[in-house]
Amino acid sequence: MLTFTIRRLLMAIPTLLFISLIIFLILDLAPSDPTASLPLTIPPDVRADIRASLGLDEPIHIRFLLWLNQFFVNEPLNLLQHWTGWDLGGEGRTRVISWQTRSPVVDIIAQRMPQTLWVVGTSYIVGILIALPIGIYSAYRQYSIFDQAGTFVTMVGFSVPPFFSGVLVIVIFAVNLGWFPSVYDTTHVVVDWPSFVIQLKQMILPVMVLALQITSQISRFMRASMLDNLNQDYVRTARAKGLTETVVVMVHVLRNSMIPVVTVIALGVPQVFGGAIITEQVFKVNGLGHLLIGAIQGGDIPTVQTLTFIFAVLIVLFNLVADVLYGILDPRIRYD
Amino acid sequence: MLDGAEPSVLDVKDLKTVFKTRRGEVHAVNNVSFHLKAGELLGVVGESGSGKSVTMMSLIGLLPSPPAMVKGGQVMFEGQDLLTATDEQLRAVRGARIGFVFQDPMTSLNPVFNVGFQVMEPLRKHMGLNKKAARKRAQELLELVGIPDAERRLDDYPHQFSGGMRQRVMIAIALACDPKVLIADEPTTALDVTIQAQILELMKDLRDKLGMAVIWITHDLGVIAGIADRVLVMYGGQIVEHAPVRELFANPKHPYTRALLETVPSVTGDRAERLRVIEGQPPMLTAQPNACPFRARCDKAFDRCQRENPARYSVGPIHDVACFWNPDTGGARDV
Repeated sequence: MLTFTIRRLLMAIPTLLFISLIIFLILDLAPSDPTASLPLTIPPDVRADIRASLGLDEPIHIRFLLWLNQFFVNEPLNLLQHWTGWDLGGEGRTRVISWQTRSPVVDIIAQRMPQTLWVVGTSYIVGILIALPIGIYSAYRQYSIFDQAGTFVTMVGFSVPPFFSGVLVIVIFAVNLGWFPSVYDTTHVVVDWPSFVIQLKQMILPVMVLALQITSQISRFMRASMLDNLNQDYVRTARAKGLTETVVVMVHVLRNSMIPVVTVIALGVPQVFGGAIITEQVFKVNGLGHLLIGAIQGGDIPTVQTLTFIFAVLIVLFNLVADVLYGILDPRIRYD
Repeated sequence: MLDGAEPSVLDVKDLKTVFKTRRGEVHAVNNVSFHLKAGELLGVVGESGSGKSVTMMSLIGLLPSPPAMVKGGQVMFEGQDLLTATDEQLRAVRGARIGFVFQDPMTSLNPVFNVGFQVMEPLRKHMGLNKKAARKRAQELLELVGIPDAERRLDDYPHQFSGGMRQRVMIAIALACDPKVLIADEPTTALDVTIQAQILELMKDLRDKLGMAVIWITHDLGVIAGIADRVLVMYGGQIVEHAPVRELFANPKHPYTRALLETVPSVTGDRAERLRVIEGQPPMLTAQPNACPFRARCDKAFDRCQRENPARYSVGPIHDVACFWNPDTGGARDV
């Protein structure tokens, strides 16, 4: 397993380099210009100077290599220096700078990340915690009222887009009932119990919307996987041993059913970091999804590049995590 | 073992099991009665769909319900009626007093738990052994069923065993708590012939060593001939003939049994001779049978067979047959 993991990690390097090239090339095709949002009174030669100062007059392969250097050498060194306090000579290093804000992209991401992790991460965990019992019970009592209701609700939850359900819960809970705020206050700081309650309250609506989607998706997987296993011969063997239904279902069937579900859950984690773009917009959560949309609209190519690439890294990483978990859960899979 | 004086360990009376389907009830088991004596090996034969497995699964509540439903009868085992027993009482019997071995050893073991865990489960549940004692007993069990290097193999997973070895593991699980009755549902069908012979030998040995009674379900008459003391022949959810094994092979009374015996290829016969087949299909048991279930495929059937379902008529000391036709006279039975 260890050799497999190491091999896969090494394999990830060329994969990610290739992905970074693709991202770079595609974004280079975008017709956006960093000077486009500047006043029209700026003469063309000054514009050209601005472009040159951003390095845009270089040929594309040079720009790619410079970007690689910035992203893979300068930024990690900077982070290391920041975390450890060692002096690694940060003065001359150029960083990936956002065209919109002129501050380093990595710093912006570090600011935005907590919002996304709080809201989207919580919804993911809540969604999974609700989904698993629903899926298990629905399958165990297939075609019961509970199963029918559950299947219907999850179908609705899966089909209704968050821009609709988000607005719906705002109308119900924020406007009509006035229980929760409709806008997520990013500047709110949790220092004591009352401020924590406020944080909880402002999280509830976005978490509700996202958790509905996640629950729908994962409970359906769980249900299907349980159904696949409930009719297997080994379940009959377990019953023939005189084990209680709880042990039969929660030990024998569940362990087998979790194998594909864990994979789905692991593969879904990058989406948590990616933020729920639409939900963040609806509730004005100042997270990564929000950042990405803003950067795309403002033609802020370095930010888009960096975010996209970080998502790619997470996807590659969690693919590996899923494979490793698969190997741990299923003794028939051996990678060595 | 056939002297009738020994008490029955299992006594089944008028067992009826139906499956509820969208097209109505399917009568899978119809008024099946039989008994099992201590230490004997009872063979149950019949083609697929004749109700062999369903009968045995019904005894102990192993059929998924719904759709299956035991509608009537009585199953006496160790002084209690298993059909009226609570789930908890049944669980105390399953795996402890009655062991099971199923057909396909490839799928009957849980792939994600090691074999030791699976053998130890009934030991810990029914005998209350701690982990160490259970492991020791599990190792003894694997040795008992002839798995070499038992201690090390406890930590192996089912996929690391061959088919025959997996079936040995299944037998070890079934025998874990020293059951009084072992129900083996086509335990050798999924195995190739040499492994099949080994498992048969093993079962005979174990039966002699441990003295439990065995119900052996199969559709293979050759297996029955080699292993059983008494035989039940099932057709259409009913027992159509019941006799000691020698008697059954020497003197079959039911047209179905006779036909079955003719389908067995002979080692001595002419090679060019084609195997006999029983024409037609087993009946769909959607209606309550009020006629002989075999009538459509029976070359001896006459008008009474269409109107009435024959009871089991005694034709010898421990030989009975559910048929209106009497092979000894060649005419209708005088009942």
